[in-house]
Amino acid sequence: MPDYSWPSPATSALIGKRVTRVDAPAKVSGHAQYTYDYHGKNMLFGKVVRSPYAKAKIVSIDVSAAEKMPGVKAVQIIQKAGSTVQWAGDEVVAVAAIDEATADDAARAIKIEYKKLAHLVSDAEPPAGAGEAAGPFSSDDIDDAIGNQLPDKQFIEALQQRGVSFKPEEDDLKDWADEGASDDVINAIRKAPFHNTEGQQPHSFFQKAAAQTQGDPDKAMAEAEVTSEGLYGATVIAHCCLESHGSVTEWPDKDHVFTHISTQNVSGIAGQMADPLEVPAANIRVHQDNMGGGFGSKFAADRWDIAAARLSKKAGGRPVRIMLERDAELQVAGARPSAYARVKVGAKKDGTLLAWQSTSWGTGGPGGGGMPPIPYIFSIPNKRAEHTTVRNNIGPARAWRAPNHPQAAMITMGALDDLAAKLNMSPLDLWIKNLDIAGPRKDTYREELGIAAELMDWSNKWKPRGTNLSSGIARGLGLSIHTWGGRGHNSDCDVTIHPDGSVEVKIGTQDIGTGTRTTIAIVVAETLGLPVEAINLYIGDTLYPPSGGSGGSTTPGGVSSSSRRAAVDAREALFAQVAPGLNAQANDLECVNGTVRVKSGPSRSLSWKQACSKLGAMPVTARGKNPDKSKPPDLTNSGVGGVSMADVAVDMETGVVQVKKMVAVQDCGLIIDLKTAESSCYGALVMGISYALFEEKLFDQQTGRMLNPNMEFYRLAGLNDIPELVVHMMTGKGYDERGVIGLGEPPVISPGAAISNAVANAIGVRVPILPITPDKVLAALSQSTRAGAQ
Amino acid sequence: MPDDQSKTPESVGSGVSRRDFLKISSVSAAAVPVLGTRIVKASGAPVTVYGPGRVPVELNVNGQLHKLQIEPRMTLLDALRDELQITGAKRVCDRAECGACTVITDGKAVYACSVLAIAAQGKRITTIESVMQGEALHPIQTAFVENDASQCGFCTPGFVVALKAFLDQHPKATPDEIRRGLSGNLCRCGTYHGIQQAISQITQRGA
Repeated sequence: MPDYSWPSPATSALIGKRVTRVDAPAKVSGHAQYTYDYHGKNMLFGKVVRSPYAKAKIVSIDVSAAEKMPGVKAVQIIQKAGSTVQWAGDEVVAVAAIDEATADDAARAIKIEYKKLAHLVSDAEPPAGAGEAAGPFSSDDIDDAIGNQLPDKQFIEALQQRGVSFKPEEDDLKDWADEGASDDVINAIRKAPFHNTEGQQPHSFFQKAAAQTQGDPDKAMAEAEVTSEGLYGATVIAHCCLESHGSVTEWPDKDHVFTHISTQNVSGIAGQMADPLEVPAANIRVHQDNMGGGFGSKFAADRWDIAAARLSKKAGGRPVRIMLERDAELQVAGARPSAYARVKVGAKKDGTLLAWQSTSWGTGGPGGGGMPPIPYIFSIPNKRAEHTTVRNNIGPARAWRAPNHPQAAMITMGALDDLAAKLNMSPLDLWIKNLDIAGPRKDTYREELGIAAELMDWSNKWKPRGTNLSSGIARGLGLSIHTWGGRGHNSDCDVTIHPDGSVEVKIGTQDIGTGTRTTIAIVVAETLGLPVEAINLYIGDTLYPPSGGSGGSTTPGGVSSSSRRAAVDAREALFAQVAPGLNAQANDLECVNGTVRVKSGPSRSLSWKQACSKLGAMPVTARGKNPDKSKPPDLTNSGVGGVSMADVAVDMETGVVQVKKMVAVQDCGLIIDLKTAESSCYGALVMGISYALFEEKLFDQQTGRMLNPNMEFYRLAGLNDIPELVVHMMTGKGYDERGVIGLGEPPVISPGAAISNAVANAIGVRVPILPITPDKVLAALSQSTRAGAQ
Repeated sequence: MPDDQSKTPESVGSGVSRRDFLKISSVSAAAVPVLGTRIVKASGAPVTVYGPGRVPVELNVNGQLHKLQIEPRMTLLDALRDELQITGAKRVCDRAECGACTVITDGKAVYACSVLAIAAQGKRITTIESVMQGEALHPIQTAFVENDASQCGFCTPGFVVALKAFLDQHPKATPDEIRRGLSGNLCRCGTYHGIQQAISQITQRGA
């Protein structure tokens, strides 16, 4: 059997080196085509009429005036009269017209009468005792839990306790498995007790999740030498993809659909569109060259995508484009659930963690949302964690890079940082003291904390809380650690070697800006001994072998494994043809530096072109798969550890926080391209600064609408908010041999917690909730002054 | 608003003062819609009125003259993207907040989402598509490629065009000045580190 294992980065030409992103020239020159750029022949422009109310019953819909307008080609009612809309911005009607202005006019001509219902858009702390016991899981609840990557153990326990309110069908189970639910979870859904809830009163806004208890938290807390209490959390934020959600869909004939869609899930979209459009998935072609950001919010064929397809059908198959306007993008196309917790931690005087008690809550919109995995990373021996879900009318949550983890890090690392302050310990010492309970990556953390501390100059720069003040500017350091899974997803890949020496790679994956094209090109080029430019790579189409959605940091592991196996098998087929001419055994050949040569006698060699000409008239194609137990070894792995450290300056008069420096130290197994891997970490630090200091979806309690659905008041960090950033990737022994692991989630988890901790270290008091805006800093300072005066 | 309130005319585009605009709109509202432009007297001066309906518009984009029939309410960005299929400038915020649509008109960086196409007539419009020098990348583009200053790439054309416009006007700018010059552009993936490295490279090697 051929050797599929990864070559060592020490001896490889490309793997682990800094290779320039292969599609960078297309991106910097404006030639990269995005879904939003696609202009179909005779394309129509779609617009969606959205509910102005956060909760309302649709009484009547009158589209007659719109239908009669010149230039209007189709009108599609999305939610009929009688339906209840659950959030402001919910889709009600869609129109398609010959140009955008006409579509806008038509949308305005549609008359919808609503009956307003009471809504809730707040996610404030639920009143004591308000949470009702969670009922059985609806299929939406299960979607939500999978989307939020609820840990298996927690999910399965909840399924056993709460049961389900529906009878799961095989199709549903298959969908959930495709969305990432493990076999254990699928079995638990299958076996969960059925409780009929029909005719029962609707749920309360507040639902209690089952408490998680371990050890004897009350006794341990009572025995603790030191305890620390505090409130920690993070508000709801948006994905704010620069390329908004949407698609351009046409019907080339009455049985076929062709959609250009902005998605993280090219291979999965056809299956989602098939049912609502009543077309076999095999008749639906999905295409995407480039996509302008998803961050977890673009896995589905959304309601507006289905509407575009239906409008197109009504309009005789003409392409219909619906790309969301910026306000809709921020209102309905993605939100990260909030999470808040009142935490009490108990420890020995030397810092040994003994007990954890938390009461948490948060919202992921109408579906609620699960408890973040707290305490995070540190498995504190005695704990009780209680959670209440707020189901409100802010619109549905979507996976946001590392679902639940940034919130869990903020809550846990914040609580531990306050404990360290109370113990008069440096948080670095407290973390190191407790690494024994930090799970399977504890040795990685130890190594990474050492490197990060050096890069931050921690030992020289760190001062006890509130003691580093000069000219009204307080300085402080903070840290946090994080983990993520990231095993490679299912992926198929075809590698073809042509007799003229050209190489083609086809794989139905997508490059969402993470460098997936570059990863695949490096793997195939390395395997065939060619330069990256020699690889003709085709991705982003259902014409190519299916490859999983880009979520949960599973893409690098998946596509590198399938493309490696395909390239090795294609190479073996070539060797079989070339070996006789070189008077060698096929297994004594290797591809090095544009040649095929004999390992035991490298002077016997052919150029790549000469070697390929031996193939005769026909090219060879090999299909590689991940996972593939028949072709060991496993080329991917799961479980990484990382550290973030922040150095901040806080203006004590204005409350403005400026990040001065950030350090990220991260492992992700074998790194294929060091350059784009580092970029993922730099980008995550920037995104972390952004959600730590600026981002928040604000809602008007009276109208239930989002107050800042634009990029002026939904603030993203800009170039001038970015300090010195230092990234260190863990490589070498202990890391390279683990196999490839993704990097989309891990580095974005800790920056928020690290910045929060640095601010507390600077100003001497905790600003409990992210984002740390100047008003919150000043409020925290004045509260502590008042408390000090009493 | 009483007419005499606006002593100083505020521009609403095409050299029409707000006061003129009020007068014109009352004229237009009474008039039968016609295709094309008309000249009306407003405050004694001739003013061009466009629309309603589609009107002929000429745009000089990347050295080429394009004749369009578009509604006067169409932005320059939408005219470029939807009428001419010149799609390098991106539509993101659509209200002058993010810079993804940046183009250069007569040497000045503008948000194409916030300029009406009719107001861009007679100007030299440069988009990302003509920043390359023939087949070769512009030094700014090379610096972006080498320093991995794009991830999803959706904001990248806006950054490159804004940077080119800034450096054309301030060839000796320092990295700090350039950063300030780019503060009207936003990125979501977080490519700022790469952009900063690119800026350092450009200020060292020249653009």
